[in-house]
Amino acid sequence: MSFLDVKDLKIHFPTDDGLVKSVDGLSFGVERGKTLGIVGESGSGKSVTSLGVLGLHKGGRAKLSGEIWLDGEELISASAEHVRGLRGKKMAMIFQDPLSSMHPFYTVGHQIIEAYRIHHKVTKQVARKHAIDMLGRVGIPEPARRVDSYPHEFSGGMRQRAMIAMALSCDPELLIADEPTTALDVTVQAQILDLMVDLQREFNSALIIITHDLGVVAQVSDDILVMYGGKCVEYGSADDIFYRPEHPYTWGLLGSMPRLDREPTERLLPIKGSPPSLINVPPGCAFHPRCPYAERTDGKADTEVPDLAETEGGHLVRCHMSRTERRTLWETEIKPVLETQ
Amino acid sequence: MSETELLLSVRNMEKHFPVTKGLLKRQVGAVKAVDGISFDVFKGETLGLVGESGCGKSTTGRLVTRLLEPTAGKVVFEGQDITHMSQGRLRPLRRDMQMIFQDPYSSLNPRHTVGAIVGAPFRIQGVKTEHGVKKAVQDILELVGLNPEHYNRYPHEFSGGQRQRIGIARTLALKPKLIIADEPVSALDVSIQAQVVNLLEDLQNELDLTYVVIAHDLSVVRHISDRVAVMYLGKIVEVADRKRLYNSPMHPYTNALLSAVPVPDPKVRKERERIRLAGDVPSPLNPPPACRFHTRCWKAQEICRTVEPPLEELASGHQVACHFPENAPEVAKETPEAT
Repeated sequence: MSFLDVKDLKIHFPTDDGLVKSVDGLSFGVERGKTLGIVGESGSGKSVTSLGVLGLHKGGRAKLSGEIWLDGEELISASAEHVRGLRGKKMAMIFQDPLSSMHPFYTVGHQIIEAYRIHHKVTKQVARKHAIDMLGRVGIPEPARRVDSYPHEFSGGMRQRAMIAMALSCDPELLIADEPTTALDVTVQAQILDLMVDLQREFNSALIIITHDLGVVAQVSDDILVMYGGKCVEYGSADDIFYRPEHPYTWGLLGSMPRLDREPTERLLPIKGSPPSLINVPPGCAFHPRCPYAERTDGKADTEVPDLAETEGGHLVRCHMSRTERRTLWETEIKPVLETQ
Repeated sequence: MSETELLLSVRNMEKHFPVTKGLLKRQVGAVKAVDGISFDVFKGETLGLVGESGCGKSTTGRLVTRLLEPTAGKVVFEGQDITHMSQGRLRPLRRDMQMIFQDPYSSLNPRHTVGAIVGAPFRIQGVKTEHGVKKAVQDILELVGLNPEHYNRYPHEFSGGQRQRIGIARTLALKPKLIIADEPVSALDVSIQAQVVNLLEDLQNELDLTYVVIAHDLSVVRHISDRVAVMYLGKIVEVADRKRLYNSPMHPYTNALLSAVPVPDPKVRKERERIRLAGDVPSPLNPPPACRFHTRCWKAQEICRTVEPPLEELASGHQVACHFPENAPEVAKETPEAT
């Protein structure tokens, strides 16, 4: 069993308009020192997954089922109090927008100290020293002075650094970063990604990065999970996903991106249509209305949900097409077009 | 594509937003959002304007369309100086110069139907259409890939990508010559981004449009632009055609920007040498003197702190504002002596 092992996780929200299946039977694992990238478009359920792992849906309207094993402990059946004790200490989160996830009334230092003192019986002075130390480690200049600054006094990049300092202040073994760099400029994004990778190595923690940017996942991930309509459609090593992808949605994502590392093409190859609403996920394979190969499955695409089946060495794909068919398509139709880019 | 005919020309344009203090609103400083930039846009081309947040790229777009009043400088559109033209005289020109906005949610009035939104330009400009406004609007909706039968629907009934198409339809209504697109795809999902980028390119070919595309995403800008201008803290630091800029950038900032873009290829992360820039973009309230990039530049020397480098043409069509440009042709410039 991995350090974090999620099995058949379902997070459903009953609403007036019907049941929203934000996460519908998701399984994945992350080892210490490894990074999992979760990729998907808006409404694919990636953020709900991360909040679910942290137990932040407990007690709300959400209906959770499945198992989440963290270091041998099951979290879904555990009490909210117990999960609360783990949160911050054993697992922590870096949110997308640091300005709205920090309290504007309290200094940055106060917020780090607060989290640290909940989990450690230390005096304020010791906690403050620790906060300054953490701010220094994430690269904030003059941490002894900046510890007393308010979030609005920091720039976007510094705020994200402070947020990382806060998340790491209790040495969590699992760190989840939800779109950690989306709000930042590219040069700052590069700094923050480097910082996260460096700190992960230092703390040997398990890291989950949730993003819509394939460039970011390619840079940091060991494994990648591609989500669509609340389900995993492809799961494999970074090499599997980028060099041997087998799901038409993954092909679509790769074709949609203009790339700096290749000669520019005349046209991008977008996916037709738009991502489904989770309240009204298409029947059968959720991707079939947008899939150019849907008619190859003898009508199965719009009636049966395909299984997430292993194709080779841990590479899982949820598609009705046979493995040979997908391989042939990739080698003959998709890859040549992508490579000429 | 003929890049001979000049459509828009901007000279030494400045926009300073005053910072006031106290009861009497005494001016204590100015945010120099745009601080003396010059560029030309030729008919039929796409000029990309890239830079990080706060570099003044959106302000530039708004100055060119006169949604903001320039503090100084000159904007010439089709040979007419529109810098200080009155709104009344400017109105007929608005037909030829339109804007696409970033946020497809806030840029469409939620209380108007698509028909009213896309038809508004006809009414405001008093344009007579052959078969009525409705027919004209439906034709445009079809052109941008929307269903003409959705004429009576409201914006909330559409997805983000479709709304952006509505915004584009409104822009195209009066067949403008120049379109300023401010982050046209950044609010959209990856798969939808590609659709909209392709649409913009198709429309350009079909309707002979000229674009100024403002964006922070360097890969999108490379895909869509013929020429690219890089901005940093209110200044243009480099302008070149796309191939030159991306293959042999001269300004260190352009280099750093390009190397910071994550590439979707796991192998590359191990091999690629990355330039790590330290710190953030300084505040435009108090920009560094002389070369504004010197605080983050690894090549900076004494001269960079004292003398501002002019934007000079170092190779044909390739302008750079730097004392120590990279990839520069040997004869073009002698190394300036640090004094």
